[in-house]
Amino acid sequence: MSIGHALLGLLESGPRHGYDLKRAFDERFGHDRPLAYGQVYSTMARLLKNGLVEVDGIEAGGGPERKRYAITDAGVTDVESWLAQPEKPEPYLQTTLYTKVVLALLTGRPAADLLDTQRAEHLRLMRELTRRKTAGDLADQLICDHALFHLEADLRWLELTSARLGQLAAEVAR
Amino acid sequence: MTAPAEPLLTATGLRKSYGPTPALDGADFSIRPGEVVAVMGPSGSGKSTLLHCLAGIVRADAGDVRYDGRSMAGMSDGERSALRRADFGFVFQFGQLVPELTCLENVAMPMRLSGTKRRAAEKQAALWLDRLEVADVAGKRPGEVSGGQGQRVAVARALVSGPRVVFADEPTGALDSLNGERVMRLLTEAAHDTRAAVVLVTHEARVAAYSDREIVVRDGKSRDMERAA
Ligand SMILES: Nc1ncnc2c1ncn2[C@@H]1O[C@H](COP(=O)(O)OP(=O)(O)O)[C@@H](O)[C@H]1O
Ligand SMILES: [Mg+2]
Repeated sequence: MSIGHALLGLLESGPRHGYDLKRAFDERFGHDRPLAYGQVYSTMARLLKNGLVEVDGIEAGGGPERKRYAITDAGVTDVESWLAQPEKPEPYLQTTLYTKVVLALLTGRPAADLLDTQRAEHLRLMRELTRRKTAGDLADQLICDHALFHLEADLRWLELTSARLGQLAAEVAR
Repeated sequence: MTAPAEPLLTATGLRKSYGPTPALDGADFSIRPGEVVAVMGPSGSGKSTLLHCLAGIVRADAGDVRYDGRSMAGMSDGERSALRRADFGFVFQFGQLVPELTCLENVAMPMRLSGTKRRAAEKQAALWLDRLEVADVAGKRPGEVSGGQGQRVAVARALVSGPRVVFADEPTGALDSLNGERVMRLLTEAAHDTRAAVVLVTHEARVAAYSDREIVVRDGKSRDMERAA
């Protein structure tokens, strides 16, 4: 994710201190992975250099966390064009799993077991996310659902590959 | 987690053929009280046949099904249907509610069939409709409610007489994801609260993710995925 754009976007509603920005980010988007302070300050330094934010005030006491940042007009334009620009869909063409299956077939190891082990592992994570989702609020539900739909897609691929394993084995052997 | 209880329902080496190709070709299964077990696998792999054998609806050609320590093969048809009424609940893909009855009457039906007086049965049915978040459709007929509401009424009907095992065959198969999730959440919560075991047949991973563990059926053979990992 573009942390810079996310922080800029959060600044649009009004100036904030670095620590306040980090808190707002973690609350809305952090979930499993809160931002490191260092990352906030290095990002803000870059945005500052590029003229997308400016220092709006400095509290007494010194230290970088005392700086209050405000978004500039150029920053607002930047957020706007980021939001308008579609994300490039992930092509998912490099798959470790496919490589593992082919290598298992090539070396005469049980490829079907490999697929089933992976399947069980995927479903285990899906269960955990489902539990989190049913106990959580709407934000948890949407974030977990995003992951669940992707895991489901993987799992359907595993299922399909299991069903085509005989065919794939014949091709690999040629 | 409490210590794992004894299995409530088990099947070993089930075989069943309808024609030359076997629908079940050596399937095993076991479920403990309060457990939700997903039965997954491609369509035509034998999931529904397994469920029918487990519930005593279909008699297997070979293999054994044991419920609560008793072999189902040794029971008469009458004994098996009495068992189904007393101890089992069912949810199918298309609600299978009685169209002429109101939703409340549909839910009360299993209790009425086992001799409960109308007033008491309907009181209990109303509690279950409320629990499944469909109290508002009590007076409507199944044809007048949405697919999601109908499935929640069907879940209420399956649970109303306090079954020890609920058999659910693609219970969300005809629903969109939002309604499907709601049915799954309510079904699994209610089952956990009442310690009912749930045999959940589904080919969808997101539905199976509401289970405690899963088995996969392929070409009539079962695979316990806990042992795969
Ligand atoms: N009553 C029946 N008569 C004839 N064939 C059946 C019957 N029930 C199931 N089968 C066959 O048995 C196989 C397994 O079916 P089923 O258990 O319904 O699979 P699933 O539920 O996994 O889709 C299929 O080939 C199906 O056509
Ligand atoms: Mg089926």
